[in-house]
Amino acid sequence: MTNKKYEKLVKKHTPKENKLKYAITAFLVGGSIGTLGELLIRIYIMIFNTSRHQASTYMIITFIFFASLFTALGFFDKLVVKAKAGLLIPITGFAHSMTSAALDYKNEGPIYGIGSNVFKMAGSVIFYGIISAWFFGLVRYLWEVLVCY
Amino acid sequence: MYFINSFLFCGLVCLIAELILDNTKLTPGHITSLFVCIGAALDTLGIYDYIIVKVGGGALLPITSFGHSLIHGALLGAEANGVIGLLIGMFDLTASGITAAVIFTFVFTLIFKAKD
Repeated sequence: MTNKKYEKLVKKHTPKENKLKYAITAFLVGGSIGTLGELLIRIYIMIFNTSRHQASTYMIITFIFFASLFTALGFFDKLVVKAKAGLLIPITGFAHSMTSAALDYKNEGPIYGIGSNVFKMAGSVIFYGIISAWFFGLVRYLWEVLVCY
Repeated sequence: MYFINSFLFCGLVCLIAELILDNTKLTPGHITSLFVCIGAALDTLGIYDYIIVKVGGGALLPITSFGHSLIHGALLGAEANGVIGLLIGMFDLTASGITAAVIFTFVFTLIFKAKD
């Protein structure tokens, strides 16, 4: 059997993913999380009587707390399989990747298990975030210094 | 208006990510890294600040806002300390999120065990 024929056969037998359904789910879940975030900010401003900036920090920490807790309790993985990008792109995905990595490698010990694997997924986000922020920050800073003065 | 904008913006970012995830071979790791870079790039031109003013809380939740916070802290540092301030101020605004994630992860890992 040639490679092309084999590829065709594989394509024929892989189950077709319902892309439209996944896209709508991601949109709805992501949107609900965004709305919930805005709602939480309003609530924190009312309860603690703080600035909007501080309230948004509380809001993000709340989301991280619940994503971490639900991952540890074991049912966040099932939600992620269903909602996919809807839960992975908001900050919940960041906390989920850290907690699930830590739990998966727990039995390899505290140093080489938990400590060195916690940032397995989140590490790439932080790494490339810093590089791009440094690069673009330098560009913006030099632009302001050289052009605006 | 903030609530509708939050729903639409956060949903739209997730929708774009889902479309990339389903139609290309990129993994969630690729997409989150890519989105952080996009967030940083948008903030260079001042676009992301404008989005946050218009959208509110919904714009702070997607991972793009992580890149925005990084570069925002770096620029605030640069204003105070010159070029070296880019390095000093990098984590000023994101420190709370990362620290919280590390602490919660540590506590929950001590308490719970991996399921199945």
